[in-house]
Amino acid sequence: MPVRIQVQDFDAGAEIAALRARNPKVGAVASFIGVCRDANDGDVVRNMTLEHYPGMTEKALEQIVAEAASRWDVIDVLVVHRVGELRPTDQIVLVAVAGAHRGEAFAACEFIMDYLKTRAPFWKKEETPRGSRWVEARESDDTAAGRWEKRNADAA
Amino acid sequence: MKVKILYFAGLREQLGSPGEDLEVAPVATVASLRTVLMGRGGVWQTALAQGRALRVAVNQEMAQPTTPIKPGDEVAFFPPVTGG
Repeated sequence: MPVRIQVQDFDAGAEIAALRARNPKVGAVASFIGVCRDANDGDVVRNMTLEHYPGMTEKALEQIVAEAASRWDVIDVLVVHRVGELRPTDQIVLVAVAGAHRGEAFAACEFIMDYLKTRAPFWKKEETPRGSRWVEARESDDTAAGRWEKRNADAA
Repeated sequence: MKVKILYFAGLREQLGSPGEDLEVAPVATVASLRTVLMGRGGVWQTALAQGRALRVAVNQEMAQPTTPIKPGDEVAFFPPVTGG
């Protein structure tokens, strides 16, 4: 269940095709692509720089994927996250989950993104006409990640 | 004891340092190391102040204020994450 950090862009179609091709038991692939927007918090964003914590980033993503695989019956998972300079319309992240059926694939894909947003050590710095600024963490991201804890508690 | 400290993102810029190898008197936990660093005063005091939302990792695992620190550990301080 590969996890990659890279500067270069990715070809989501080719990545997903490779994920499917590795296992004939795959009946569903759910994927998510995060994209660089041209506006945030009321300002135009000209470009952004993504910083990360080499070493910990890979470990954190591997742990998130392992956690997803322990909760849902997934066959394979791919996470690709870019770092460095990005411009509006550029792809930032790809999460693809292959499973036998769609339910598990959808759920695991959303879970991985929610946990990535709150636990993987990446930071965005935006360049706007008013200068550069570090993006502030959003409470809604904590809420999104927290839903999975709650569901867990409800199920227990 | 010797610890390797790393700073990331806005905190790195504020402190003007990506990290340091630090010889410190034995400190028991993440919280006590933070207090030692704040004791430098100036920007260290404001950037690491208790009210600031900061995350800490010990040996590349998310940690809590009560997480123990041993000689040779890698301790990273950073703002809440914003990837994805």
